[in-house]
Amino acid sequence: MKDTLTETPATTDTAKIAVRGLQVHYADTHAVRDVDVDIPDKAVTALIGPSGCGKSTFLRCLNRMNDTIPAARVTGEVRIDGEDIHDPRVDPVQLRAKVGMVFQKPNPFPKSIRDNVAYGPKIHGLTRTRAELDEVVEKSLRRAALWDEVKDRLNAPGTGLSGGQQQRLCIARAIATAPEILLMDEPCSALDPIATAQIEELIDELRNRFAVVIVTHSMQQAARVSQRTAFFHLGRMVEYGDTGELFTNPADPRTESYISGRIG
Amino acid sequence: MSAIWTLLTLLILAALGFALGRARALASAGGDIRALHSLPGHYGWATVLFTLVPALSLLALLTMAAPLTPAGTVAVVALALAALAWSLRRIAPDFRARRTVERGVLVLLVLAACVAIATTAGIVLSMLFETQNFFAQYGWRDFFLSTTWAPRFQGNSDLGILPLLWGTLYVSFIALVFAVPVGLFAAIYMAEYASRRFRAIVKPGIEVLAGIPTIVYGLFALITVGPLLRDYFAQPLGVGSSGSSVMTAGLVMGIMLIPFVSSLSDDIIAQVPQSLRDGSLGLGATRSETICQVILPAALPGIVGAVLLAASRAIGETMIVVLGAGAAAKLSLNPFEAMTTITVKIVSQLTGDSDFAAPETLVAFALGLTLFAITLCLNVLALAIVRKYREQYE
Amino acid sequence: MSDISCPAPAQSLLKRGDRTARRHAAEARFRACGLGAILIGLAALAVLLASVLTSGLGAFRQSYIHLPIHLSEAELDQSGTRDTEVMKKVTTIGYGKVIDKALAEAVAQAGIAIDGLTDDDISGIISREAAAQVRDMVLSNPDLIGETIDLSVLANGRIDGYLKGRVTAESAALDSNVSPAQLQLADAMMERGLLSLDFNAAFLTAPDASDQRPEAAGLGVAILGSAYMMLIVLALALPIGVAASIYLEEFAPKNRLTDLIEVNIANLAAVPSIVFGILGLAIFINFAGLPQSAPVVGGLVLTLMTLPTIIIATRASLKAVPPSIREAALGLGASRMQAVFHHVLPLAAPGILTGTILGLAQALGETAPLLLIGMVAFVREYPAAPPEGLFDPASALPVQIYNWTQRADPAFVERASGAIIVLLAFLLVMNAAAILLRRRFERRW
Repeated sequence: MKDTLTETPATTDTAKIAVRGLQVHYADTHAVRDVDVDIPDKAVTALIGPSGCGKSTFLRCLNRMNDTIPAARVTGEVRIDGEDIHDPRVDPVQLRAKVGMVFQKPNPFPKSIRDNVAYGPKIHGLTRTRAELDEVVEKSLRRAALWDEVKDRLNAPGTGLSGGQQQRLCIARAIATAPEILLMDEPCSALDPIATAQIEELIDELRNRFAVVIVTHSMQQAARVSQRTAFFHLGRMVEYGDTGELFTNPADPRTESYISGRIG
Repeated sequence: MSAIWTLLTLLILAALGFALGRARALASAGGDIRALHSLPGHYGWATVLFTLVPALSLLALLTMAAPLTPAGTVAVVALALAALAWSLRRIAPDFRARRTVERGVLVLLVLAACVAIATTAGIVLSMLFETQNFFAQYGWRDFFLSTTWAPRFQGNSDLGILPLLWGTLYVSFIALVFAVPVGLFAAIYMAEYASRRFRAIVKPGIEVLAGIPTIVYGLFALITVGPLLRDYFAQPLGVGSSGSSVMTAGLVMGIMLIPFVSSLSDDIIAQVPQSLRDGSLGLGATRSETICQVILPAALPGIVGAVLLAASRAIGETMIVVLGAGAAAKLSLNPFEAMTTITVKIVSQLTGDSDFAAPETLVAFALGLTLFAITLCLNVLALAIVRKYREQYE
Repeated sequence: MSDISCPAPAQSLLKRGDRTARRHAAEARFRACGLGAILIGLAALAVLLASVLTSGLGAFRQSYIHLPIHLSEAELDQSGTRDTEVMKKVTTIGYGKVIDKALAEAVAQAGIAIDGLTDDDISGIISREAAAQVRDMVLSNPDLIGETIDLSVLANGRIDGYLKGRVTAESAALDSNVSPAQLQLADAMMERGLLSLDFNAAFLTAPDASDQRPEAAGLGVAILGSAYMMLIVLALALPIGVAASIYLEEFAPKNRLTDLIEVNIANLAAVPSIVFGILGLAIFINFAGLPQSAPVVGGLVLTLMTLPTIIIATRASLKAVPPSIREAALGLGASRMQAVFHHVLPLAAPGILTGTILGLAQALGETAPLLLIGMVAFVREYPAAPPEGLFDPASALPVQIYNWTQRADPAFVERASGAIIVLLAFLLVMNAAAILLRRRFERRW
């Protein structure tokens, strides 16, 4: 692991998220073991690894979603723009507005499409007038490449959309709170290939504005959308580097076995 | 009484039949079980069925028609004996005893399941029949539309349901106004905030309230809540002087309904998928925002169903209103006044020596039928809503 | 695509805005509401139990007057034959005189002198029930005649109330049933050990008593009646409920009849209990001609009420047995009936039993339907042993409670609350049994 880090030096100055010595315990399992990583801004970072390797748990540490699970215990340091998110002064509610999240299964609220997108701005008080709110809704939907499909039925229930549309709605919902970082937990695993392609295209767009961290079980997807890739195995981050480099020339034998399909 | 002894005799005969049937089957196969079509026990059970079923049917018929006479007893026992002898004669190695027994048992199972239908039919028919008798003597328009309830012994009573219906609805309303917020908040806290340990201690505590018989609540209303409300609220405020009041019954009934509302709502809130909670929390919503704006709207149909079931409970509740609400049929808005309900009047018209030809007694059946119809509608509606809600998240 | 014009400048995570503070305050308020609701529920439970206990515990203690009573032959058995048939001619009035005399002597002997205390006042502190009890005792053992025995006889209800603090000198002055002088007498007798509060075993065994004798009222007939009804419910509801559940869960095809049964069971579980009372009155009493006030009718009505509960519990525990068990049995060549009765049913038995106990507990506390089938009648005779006893008039625990709440004397409120304690104790035992059973046998597949 040290090798990996020396190959890709920890440039804390430019890193959006800096993680040091992160450990996560669930009840009696040690889910994430001693992870150090720097995640750059305005780029897509992919987390890959066999299922149960701790990549999703790691992702949920970045916006303190693990706080909602009573049995989870997180230690170590996560800095966003140099600020430790476990500092007692940090409010997880504000943190999560800054670090948006998209989940594995599309989970639109049982509300209208408009209300789904407006939910975040409303609870955080980001807009003052109805017109402003409408504007945010429209822009978020446009940015999620959904506007043209739903602009005529903003009052229809969000649950009535197709799977891919639902997931893009969830992305629109996440970017409506004006986050700086977007976490995506296998966002395409429940979608068909066409919808997957649309989302991947969208992710590529999003990296112009956000630091995107995406967990994926598909190496092809990681290769297609990400600039940086981290490989997790048994709770440890085995290797981290430029996506092209990691897939073509893995430094660690475990990474090599995984990308060549021998473990996973 | 002799019916019970006859029954016992039949059971002894049946036991005898089992032993004989089993022995005869073994004997017919020369002691070699493999030669039999079924297990020896099956032959025994077949004998039992043949002995009991015809005799029991006859016994039921006879007792339903009139008290059992000694002649009847003899006939029943004779029939059982004859059937026993006949079924023993049928036993042979190739007699398919198991199939016979299993078919017989299946029929019994179906009959047991049909008891539910018979009960409903019994309820509806018995009340319909007597209600018809009532309306033959008393106009249905007066019953449903008159605003006075004044039964008189000499006859010529006013038997309007409206004041009773009003009391029923008023008490139920107060009960729900109290029980729904408290029960719902308790359920929310239990489902969303409480630690496992807190839940393990407190949830049974709340559920104890559901296991307490309603007569206990009734006495609580009568000796504690009623005097308390009268002495500290109604009399100082000059709004009433009676311990029994709509408020007394409503509050106590509300306490009774808390666990009912909370455990139903708890189930329903628990069925809202975790992904919705994650989605909302992931956007930076607080727990209360998540609950109010995402979980409760998602759970709304289920909660409405739970409230309707609670309403049906409240409307049909008897002992609390008998002891807590009073007996005066009134159309009043003052909750500190004593009023009465449909169930109270059913009890008062049907207890003691009743003359089943007088409209004053028969009206209880019309009241019962009305009550049954109202609660049935609420139940069917509520169960349908809840079922649909469950399917949505399955 | 222009930039989103959100007025949210990049803000340090370490600073909390006003809005966040307000949101957290709202969160705290909401949480407090939830906790408050739970506390309201628990407080209601506490107040309810406290109210019942404080007003009911007195019923388990009773005032007794301790007297040496000379059972004189001249008064009680003039013939001297000790023939009970002859002795029955002496009524309770005769025995009352004997007791009055004994009391007067005891009071005089103890040197109690109170102004304005008449002989009637003295004899008035003894319960009118006492004479009947002494008479019963003598008739069952005629050899006692002629002897002087130490007896504890019931004190009058008002004196009992005075010892328990329900009656005071002020209230006695306004009460025609008791005089302040009698209360002074009670004080004096207490000092000398002639009167005391003792454990009231008769409360659990004695039958009900009339309006004027709350001190003698007991739960014996009611407990017996309730026990008979539970016996009937158990004997009918368990087999029928299990049979119905087995059919619905294991054999029923998906058809109209099955749907109809399912809907019926779901609805019956929510039908108001009083409707079952109407059913019992119309079908079992008016149509089938069964006797009023009989445990058999109560048992039948409660059976119909309990069936849905038992069916729902039984089906749940049948459903919990994994299909692999059935498949294993069928794979060995068992018939479906054999698979169910040999394998599934025994595995589901603990769950069924738990459900049955809970159903019985529910039936035990049910009052409303029993009122309609005549269980409110005043019954002093114990029902005979089953099976005949099932047709004898009896009372039931919850109905007895209701009955006592309808009486004028406040001493009956104490009795009713005491009876509730007994009822709750039974329910506690049943529920504890159910919980233990579940803990002991619960199996996770």
